Amino acid sequence: MKDVRLMKGNEAIAEGAIRAGCDGYFGYPITPQSEVLEYLMANKTKERTGMIVLQAESEVASIHMVYGGAAAGKRVMTSSSSPGISLMQEGISFMAGTELPCLLLNVVRGGPGLGTIQPSQADYFQAVKGGGHGDYKMIVLAPASVQEMYDFAKLGFDLAFKHRIQVMVLSDGAIGQMMEKVELDDERPRWTDEEIVKMHTWAATGKTKNRERNIITSLDLNPVKQEIINRKLQAKFRKIEETEVRFETIQCEDAEYLFVAYGSSARVCQKAVQLGRAKGIKVGLLRPITLFPFPYKEVKRLAKQVKGIQCIEMSAGQMIEDVRLGVEGIVGVEHYGRLGGIIPAPDEVLNVLEQNFIKAKIYERTH
Amino acid sequence: MSAPTREDICQLENEVYSRTTLLTPAPLSYCPGCGHGTAHRLIMEVVEEMNLQADTIGVAPVGCSVLAYDFMDIDMQQAAHGRAPAVATGIKRLYPNKFVFTYQGDGDLAAIGTGETIHACNRGENITIFFVNNGIYGMTGGQMAPTTLPNMKTSTSPFGRDVETMGYPLKITELIANLPGTYFVSRQSVHTAANVRKAKKAIEKAIQYQKLKKGLCFVEIVSNCNSGWKMTPLDSNKWMEENMFPFYPLGDIKVPK
Repeated sequence: MKDVRLMKGNEAIAEGAIRAGCDGYFGYPITPQSEVLEYLMANKTKERTGMIVLQAESEVASIHMVYGGAAAGKRVMTSSSSPGISLMQEGISFMAGTELPCLLLNVVRGGPGLGTIQPSQADYFQAVKGGGHGDYKMIVLAPASVQEMYDFAKLGFDLAFKHRIQVMVLSDGAIGQMMEKVELDDERPRWTDEEIVKMHTWAATGKTKNRERNIITSLDLNPVKQEIINRKLQAKFRKIEETEVRFETIQCEDAEYLFVAYGSSARVCQKAVQLGRAKGIKVGLLRPITLFPFPYKEVKRLAKQVKGIQCIEMSAGQMIEDVRLGVEGIVGVEHYGRLGGIIPAPDEVLNVLEQNFIKAKIYERTH
Repeated sequence: MSAPTREDICQLENEVYSRTTLLTPAPLSYCPGCGHGTAHRLIMEVVEEMNLQADTIGVAPVGCSVLAYDFMDIDMQQAAHGRAPAVATGIKRLYPNKFVFTYQGDGDLAAIGTGETIHACNRGENITIFFVNNGIYGMTGGQMAPTTLPNMKTSTSPFGRDVETMGYPLKITELIANLPGTYFVSRQSVHTAANVRKAKKAIEKAIQYQKLKKGLCFVEIVSNCNSGWKMTPLDSNKWMEENMFPFYPLGDIKVPK
C-alpha cells in the first residue's frame, strides 16, 4: 500500500531529505521555512537514520557548516528564506569555487530588505544568475506542488553529486506553507564512510597512504591557473545546459497563446488555462522546472507556434528575461506580476493575457 | 688527521634535528623570522607522533596562513574569512571520530569570525582551534587587527591605535575561556626553544582531549609579525616580550579540573 500523507511543503522536503539519505542539515529559523528545521528535530533523525541536524547561530554559519560537510563527501543541506539566503551567498560562492555538492532550499518571501513573510518569486535573479561573487551557476529546481518539494530533495542530491554542483530548490512561501497529499517512497540508506571514501575520491576525509592529499580550496593566485579552473567550471555548466533541462507543458499542442510561469505562478496559470479553454481560448502553459538550465529550446519551439506569450511572475519581471532570450523576438512577450507577497488570481492573469494579445490585438505574428 | 667530510657528519647517530615528515617539501611562504612556520611544524609533529594523519582534517583560514594546506601534509579545506569554526563544526559533526582542527589568525578569528568562534566554543564543539595572534593583518599589508595594542602603529592606525575612536584590543581567548563549552584554553609562544617546548605540550593536550571527546580546546600562540611591525625578527621578538606578553600573558587560561 502506498504511503500517502497530508503535509506542508516545508515538511515534505524535510521528509524527502531524510528518505534520500541526507547526512546533515544545518539551518537557522526564518519565516516562512522554519518548519524544515522543526520537522527534522521532531523526527529524531539521529535515531531514525543517523542524520545530523544542527541549529546554527546564523545563516552564515549554516552555509559554512554545509561547506565543511560537503567537502568531506557527505549529503548535506540547508534551508532558509530570502534574507537568510542573501547571507549565505559567501558560502555558496566558496562551494561553487570548490565544486562541492549540496542541497539548498529557498522558500522565497517578498523583498527587498526585510520585505514581508508572504510568498514571492523575486529571488529568481539571485538564484539563477549567480547571487554570490564570481562566475558560477547552480542547478535551480522550481517545485510547483508539495509533492515536488518532496521529490526534489532526492533529485537535488542526485544532481548535486552527479555534477558536483550546488542544487537550489527555489520554492516560495505558498508552496512551503500549503498542505497537499504527498506520496512517499522508501527510505534510501545513507552512505557509509567507507562508501564515501571509495566513491568521492576528491573528498577531504583524512589522507591515507594510498592516495595524495585532498585539498578543498577555491584559491589559486596564479591567474593562468585560475582561468583554467574557471573554464572547467564553464564547461560543466554548458554540459548541464545540454543534459538537465526539465519542464512541463500543459495543453500546448494546439495553443495559440502561451503562459510561461514556474512555481506558485504556474499553479495559478494552470487554472487560468482551464478558464481560458472553457471560454474557447486556445491557451497553454509552459512550466520551467529547471530555471538553470532554462528550457530555451522549448520556449523557442512554442514561440513559433503561438501568437503571444504571457509571463506570470510574483516579481517585477525576472524570468521574462530568459523567456525573451529563448523567444529571440519571434513573437510578443508580456510580463504581468504581483509584488510584495501577493499571489495573482487565475481570472486576473487570464484577463491580462486577453487584454494584451486578443482584445488589444497589439501583437501580430511576425513570422 | 683530515677534517670530517659532510658524509662523515651526516650519520643517523649524529642527528639531533630532522624535518617533520608531515610537512610537505614546499618552501614556506612566510617572511623570515615569522612564527607561523614553527607553529605549523609543532602541530604537524604532534599529528605525526600521535599517528593521526589518516584521521586528521584541517581547516585553513584567510590571512597569511591561507596556504597552510601547501605545507601540512594532510587533507585540508580552506574556509572563508572567519568561518573556519563553522566549517570544522560541519566536518566534525559528520565525522565525530576524526581529528578536526582550525588554524586561524587574529583578524580571521577575533574580528570577522567572532560569531563563529564564540558559538563553536559555546556549543562545545569537539574540535581544536589554533589561534596565531600577532596583533595585525599580515597578509593584506599590516592593517589594524582586533588584537592590535593601544597606541600600536599599523597602516590603518598610522598614528597609533586610539582606543577612544578605534576601540580596545579584544582578549578573545579570555572571553571564550569563560564559556562552558571550552575544555582547555592555553596561550603560548614559539619564539624561544623553551617556549616551543611548552607550546608543543599544550598542542599535545589539545589534541589528546579531542580524542577523549572533552569539548573545544583552544591554543593561542602569540607571535610576531616583523614585516607588519616593521622591525627585524630579533627586535620584533623583543618588542613582543615587552609589549604583547604583558597584555596577553602566557600560560594556561583554563585547565580541566
